[in-house]
Amino acid sequence: MPALPARPAKPLAQDVLAQLTRLTEGLDRDALQWASGYLAGLAAHTIRQPAAATPAAADAAVRATLVYGSQTGNARRQAETLARELEQAGLPVRVVRADAYPLRELPAERLLYVVVSTQGDGDPPDDARAFVEHLGGRRAPRLSQLRYAVLGLGDSSYPKFCAVGTQIDERLAALGAERLFARGEADVDIETAAAPWRRTALTQARVVLEPPPALATVTPLRSTAAPPDAAVWSRERPFMAPLLSNRRIVGRDSGEDVRHVELSLQGSDLHYRPGDALGVWSTQPPALVDAVLAALRADREHSVTIAGETLPFAQWLSGRRELTRLTRPFVAAHAQRARSAALDAALAADGADALRALLDGHQLIDLLRRFPAPWDAADFVATLRPLAPRLYSIASSRAAVGDEAHLTVAVVGYEAFGEARIGSASRFLADRAEGDAVPVFIEPNERFRLPEDPARDIVMIGPGTGVAPFRGFVQERIETAASGRNWLFFGHRHFRSDFLYQTEWQQAHRDGHLHRIDVAFSRDRPEKVYVQHALRRRGRELYDWIENGAHLYVCGDASRMARDVDAALRGIAVTHGGHDAESAAEWLAALAADRRYSRDVY
Amino acid sequence: MAPSAPPSPVETIKAASRRLRGTLAESLADDLTGALRADDTQLIKFHGSYQQDDRDLREERRAQKLEPAYSFMIRTRTPGGVVTPAQWLALDAIATRYANHTLRLTTRQAFQFHGVIKHELKATIQAINRSLIDSIAACGDVNRNVMVSPNPVESRAHAEVYAWACRLSEHLKPQTRAYYELWLDEQRIAGSGEEDEPVYGPVYLPRKFKTALAIPPHNDVDLFANDLGLIAIVEGGVLHGFNVAVGGGLGATHGDARTYPRLAEVIGFVAPDRLLAVAEAVVTAQRDLGDRSDRKLSRLKYTIDRIGLAAFKAEVERRLGEPLEPERAYAFDQAGDRFGWVEGHDGRWHLGLRIESGRVADRNARRHLSGLRAIAQVHGGDFRLTGNQNLIVANVGADMRETIDRLAAEYGLDDHRRAPVRRDALACVALPTCSLAMAEAERYLPDLLDRVEALLAAHGLSDAPIGLRISGCPNGCSRPYLGEIALVGKAPGRYNLMLGADACGRRLNRLHRENVAEPEILAELDRLFARYAAERRPAERFGDFLLRSGLIATASSPPSEVRP
Repeated sequence: MPALPARPAKPLAQDVLAQLTRLTEGLDRDALQWASGYLAGLAAHTIRQPAAATPAAADAAVRATLVYGSQTGNARRQAETLARELEQAGLPVRVVRADAYPLRELPAERLLYVVVSTQGDGDPPDDARAFVEHLGGRRAPRLSQLRYAVLGLGDSSYPKFCAVGTQIDERLAALGAERLFARGEADVDIETAAAPWRRTALTQARVVLEPPPALATVTPLRSTAAPPDAAVWSRERPFMAPLLSNRRIVGRDSGEDVRHVELSLQGSDLHYRPGDALGVWSTQPPALVDAVLAALRADREHSVTIAGETLPFAQWLSGRRELTRLTRPFVAAHAQRARSAALDAALAADGADALRALLDGHQLIDLLRRFPAPWDAADFVATLRPLAPRLYSIASSRAAVGDEAHLTVAVVGYEAFGEARIGSASRFLADRAEGDAVPVFIEPNERFRLPEDPARDIVMIGPGTGVAPFRGFVQERIETAASGRNWLFFGHRHFRSDFLYQTEWQQAHRDGHLHRIDVAFSRDRPEKVYVQHALRRRGRELYDWIENGAHLYVCGDASRMARDVDAALRGIAVTHGGHDAESAAEWLAALAADRRYSRDVY
Repeated sequence: MAPSAPPSPVETIKAASRRLRGTLAESLADDLTGALRADDTQLIKFHGSYQQDDRDLREERRAQKLEPAYSFMIRTRTPGGVVTPAQWLALDAIATRYANHTLRLTTRQAFQFHGVIKHELKATIQAINRSLIDSIAACGDVNRNVMVSPNPVESRAHAEVYAWACRLSEHLKPQTRAYYELWLDEQRIAGSGEEDEPVYGPVYLPRKFKTALAIPPHNDVDLFANDLGLIAIVEGGVLHGFNVAVGGGLGATHGDARTYPRLAEVIGFVAPDRLLAVAEAVVTAQRDLGDRSDRKLSRLKYTIDRIGLAAFKAEVERRLGEPLEPERAYAFDQAGDRFGWVEGHDGRWHLGLRIESGRVADRNARRHLSGLRAIAQVHGGDFRLTGNQNLIVANVGADMRETIDRLAAEYGLDDHRRAPVRRDALACVALPTCSLAMAEAERYLPDLLDRVEALLAAHGLSDAPIGLRISGCPNGCSRPYLGEIALVGKAPGRYNLMLGADACGRRLNRLHRENVAEPEILAELDRLFARYAAERRPAERFGDFLLRSGLIATASSPPSEVRP
């Protein structure tokens, strides 16, 4: 990552550069990061006086604080974008990740913007857990001086859409703070709701903050940096990566279809590090588009204009809109047209269970067929969510595979109402053949990184396709001859058919690169065993590894696995570390704060 | 060949195994793989099991980054192949729960379970033992399951001979407690790993050792295919003793002229009270004289051909401490099984059932597994496995015949009414589980028989009893070298066509066409069937006809030409 904002920088004169080198000599990583943020702040503002030594010392009265809680990086990106927009308007701002925010400063804040996502069943992202708990707790301070606004991010196919944003918004008001403007709720098509919210935030900040005193503030690395030039390809401009190989890697009697997909990044200048994700833009299966058109009795060539862009109806559906997951807003809009008592009941205040059943058990096409309704094509497109890219943890290390990115893709498919159903992104990938181009971009994940110290042990907990990044981790550790030990916990349904990358793990184990591996297959024996059982079984040794500095990584299902693993880890601290429940939780929180307990869960 | 050559790797593994334990316990506990450590795959044979994998899936799974689909075959030690209905039901339940929903009846009167996975291996072996059957020494370099002509209840002498088979099996059983410790959780006691093996010693035999007992005139165990064959001499219903035949064995290696099938030769007679001593003398002589450097040449037949039959006999007599009595007169007039109902000496009845390739399974209308389960639930006698992959529902009261007949009809257990060539055919397991197979056998047999039957019908030979055997490799589990017609696998779809064995297990066939595919095999059979139909003498068997008519080489079987 560039140490300075990647705007075209004026080259430093040789003597200045030498001075800078002298100044930075001997600084550790943290100090360098702080300094780079300081310099970024200098670049953004005119300095009237030397910068304060710490951000806390800066005058809160004249600055906006942006706190974000982000699981996949979307909330962080929104916060950073807003910060950039405020800076460009000459307004002082700092951006702080929620778990790095000093909670004691909260009463002194004047202007606070919170950008926070909601995970799974209404949970905060990992980095915002403490923030949310503190705010919700009894010791939360009165915030009568504070003015604020909240942008929630979420996925409306989950019932508790944006629940965390809502919770924070309501709590801040309850603590006496003044809500500057209404909460934004961004669905997977984030910009639709986020852009207007940011515009209002900018306007309001101008009003609240005094004309710029322009104190240099320390901004965390990345936060206010413009997108680096180096990356020609981006989320908005994906690289068309040729598919090299697409192989099923579960046995023929497996209940699911998991693919190992290899993509070429040759010539893209795209770089990734172990832990990063690859974003994939998909198009909808033609059969699904046809089915939707048929259900609507619509003409596929009918021109539809949305936000000034005109395309045939079928093209909107195939390449621009989400057609599988149902969302509450869509169900509500559909209910108005369908005049169905069942739908109305599900949408009623006491219909939460019915709504959940509807959202879980139906895809868009099911709703259209079961509750036929007249739709105008433009309204239909406008009501659907824009198609969002799907993020896959990269299952390779560039050190091992060169200009390639490997993915482990569970092809989502199931039966409903007598028909085979498919998940669009995974199906899209599964249907690609060698030589087909796949639109991709790199999604960095700084919160899921191998230890900088190669001598550190690592423990990787990755059941199912959650094992993907660990294939990259182990490859990287082999290629870089890292001396730390590697321990993998893997679980899935059946040993015989679902042991993803079995022969690779066996080889690494034989070669002494994978020092330990524990497996749990849930459907092979009468009693179901999962990774958390394997963790407990190895609790003693695991605790020793951790106490000796090992880094823990968890990847995979957020709703149950990650929670069960979290509980198992706390249990191990109780059983083997003499902790009680409370101190075990603190122990684990300290590991997380120390970046030794990292999760990539979804 | 020279006994002074270094021992084969398997000898080293056995020697270091602490009486067949090796690292089996660690191998079983390793949940990263469905396989055993390499050395343990040798040792587990002595416990009655082979590690195999589904060869149909090998390449597919390699591409899936999955190891081969490993599973285990488990073979029982069931001397004479006798089990009670309760045991049958237990074995059926094991096949259904742990194996591939089939029971396979072997050519050596044992049951085989296929497809047992490693983490259920112990539970499976425990379940087998709960039914009072074990798998000790069912494979490995030891005396294997002892065969005896089935249906001993046909005469009192049969019952006596069967009892001797059981005694032999016990007497030649390894003494190590490894089996009990590993599978049945027996406590280790002092001396564990160093048990005395009075018959075998610390490295067991150089190679497998097969024993069979037959009661003339039926040679339904193919007695001369065994390392040790014991021919019961019964006069007036009284068992006098046994003629002792040694040195039989059918395995060979393609392209290695030093290897060949060989029939056992009679070296004398022994009274029942010295039977165990004679058997032990033969086994220990082979233990000490057999080749331990080259496993291709380590069967007793090669030991005998190396030192000479007379010298081997002298060695046996030296160990016995007395000379063998002279061979007694006997005559075999048939091999193969008898089908349908037979009445025993005591008025009890026995129903011989055809089980194609010995595979008891539910397949379409032929629901043999379910049918035999239904019979076992009402049957008061016992079941007897024949040496030809078939089954006898034995010791049935006259009043139960109708019930059993009704069940047999209901579940399609009527293959014994089909054409003789189909009824008498033998096939080894071969693909996909046998690691030695070079070509299909069991899976191909039904199609092959359809075509052969059509040819026979075309020549008016549908009723001709012709012994046809097919084997996926030259090692000879289906005893192909004793088939009037035999296909011995060379490569996928290609076989050596062997012809001309007799019908009672006393003459080997010979190579007729090498490495040929089905069209050529069928064309050749078509030609020979035409000649047979036109020129055969009354009651003349196909194999005898081929030899008499000069349609196949008249010399003794090629393998014997290259004997030293």
